[in-house]
Amino acid sequence: MPIGLESWTLARPEIFLAAVTALLLLYGVLRGETSAAFVSVATTVALLVTAVLIFTPYREGTAFSSLFIVDRLTATMKVLMLIGAAITIPMSRAYFERVKVWRFEYPIVVSLAALGMMLMISANDLMSLYVGLELQSLSLYVIAAFQRDSIRSTEAGIKYFVLGSVASGMLLFGASLIYGFCGGTAFVQISRALLEGKAGEIGVIVGLVFVVAGLAFKIAAVPFHMWTPDVYEGSPTPVTAFFAVAPKIAALSLTISVLMGPFKPLFPQWQQIIVVVSVLSMALGAFAALRQPNIKRLMAYSSIGNVGYILLGVAAGSEKGIQSVVFYLGIYLVMTLGSFAVILLMKRRDMMVEQVNDLAGLGRTHPMLAFAMMVFMFSLAGIPPLAGFWAKLYVFMAAIEAKLFWPAVLGVLASVVASYYYLRIVKVMYFDEPAEALDASAFGVNRAIAFVAAVIVAAFSLAPQPLSLVAAAAAKGLFP
Amino acid sequence: MIIGLGHYLFVASVLFTFGVLGIFLNRKNVIVILMCVELMLLAVNINLVAFSVFQGNVVGQIFAMLVLTVAAAEAAIGLAILVVYFRNRGTVEVEDINAMKG
Repeated sequence: MPIGLESWTLARPEIFLAAVTALLLLYGVLRGETSAAFVSVATTVALLVTAVLIFTPYREGTAFSSLFIVDRLTATMKVLMLIGAAITIPMSRAYFERVKVWRFEYPIVVSLAALGMMLMISANDLMSLYVGLELQSLSLYVIAAFQRDSIRSTEAGIKYFVLGSVASGMLLFGASLIYGFCGGTAFVQISRALLEGKAGEIGVIVGLVFVVAGLAFKIAAVPFHMWTPDVYEGSPTPVTAFFAVAPKIAALSLTISVLMGPFKPLFPQWQQIIVVVSVLSMALGAFAALRQPNIKRLMAYSSIGNVGYILLGVAAGSEKGIQSVVFYLGIYLVMTLGSFAVILLMKRRDMMVEQVNDLAGLGRTHPMLAFAMMVFMFSLAGIPPLAGFWAKLYVFMAAIEAKLFWPAVLGVLASVVASYYYLRIVKVMYFDEPAEALDASAFGVNRAIAFVAAVIVAAFSLAPQPLSLVAAAAAKGLFP
Repeated sequence: MIIGLGHYLFVASVLFTFGVLGIFLNRKNVIVILMCVELMLLAVNINLVAFSVFQGNVVGQIFAMLVLTVAAAEAAIGLAILVVYFRNRGTVEVEDINAMKG
């Protein structure tokens, strides 16, 4: 089957990003070490232009013999992911300059990871799913170990690589079983085969379980979360910020498009799995972080908990549920980037510090920064009227409408427990005796991002409509 | 005896199980873990090719080619990270990878 012009126009944003990345790599190699500043600015711009290209003009349909699909949901997820990836690049400069690994390869690899994520968000076939997922994962392993003279960073890279490969292997094994029992790898073929009565076959169920396990690993949901705390703690902090945002959005989008697409006929089967995974993630995210002294590890557990809430929206399986997921991801993006911008500003005598206790007395020494961090922590805890409250409210409403009463109740309880450690950070900042003050830093990118994010989170209740309209339109894409 | 689809699937699942067990039970060397990952991917390839042949459907063989390519890239990156780690730590024993708890 020849591939028409239609396919190429549909994949225009991806082709643009791939071409720009290749050119920038060439430029970086030819110019050498001095090109880092230019390449990082150019990559940020390229990622944002890619996000703009998706909607100017917006086209939908399938391309390349239906390996690739664009609809409202995938387009929205791509834009959210690209914004996250674009913002984390300028955030990283100060950190990498201090540890002397400010090199042009970092933005290039981030951009390749973003390309992989776009492909996996748009996957419409098990083959394109696998290739996109691996492009993303391989790039992420590299940037986890990017600070290559640090034991912790390289160890994070090894742990992420080993456990990530196991997850990819499981996903692939599931994919091979599904291919065998359904007679094809395209999502439409799979759902047709399932509707024609293959749904009861044991091979299909086993395949589904393996695929869900692989996906649960990629979104760091319990019981496949064990890599998260170590990788988040060991990786350079800007990389952790990137991990907490972009891959989460991409992998959750992939989970939705796999579960709600080809496996829609198996909804009762996967709903049980997702509900259990979601409740366990919420509980672990709440309890494991209670005594956590390291703030990056704490954010890792917090992200596991957040994935639990998001999966509750997925488990609802309704249009409301998907809408709540997109809504939650949009708010999660802002809260997390803001918190990491503050964490990236934590340095003392020119050394990065990452213990919760290092924040002691921040309310007196850096009142603005402490206020921004307080806004993020209250929002992550889900306290009204901040943005995080609405995110949780939407998810729980969707779960209750789908008759998932117990999971919703457990979720609310977990969020009460989790608010303990968010509020502990606020208490340390405002009521503990000041330790030696953190270094004052000039007004830089991270400060700007922290303040913009704090304003968005704090003022969100005044105008929640735009995001909720976007989320509603995105969810429509799955339920035409 | 006729060798049918079931036999191939059995071999593949045994290999896959060896791969997974090798990763989780192995306490010696990270290189062995990389070999176990390859074993898992090759087990998947047996599955894909066997299904492809018995269904007379070429998709599985194309998929197997993609898996081979990705496995090569994966091995390259895994070994590169391992080399960088070895330079810092001077060992690749699994039990020594413990700078962070967990």
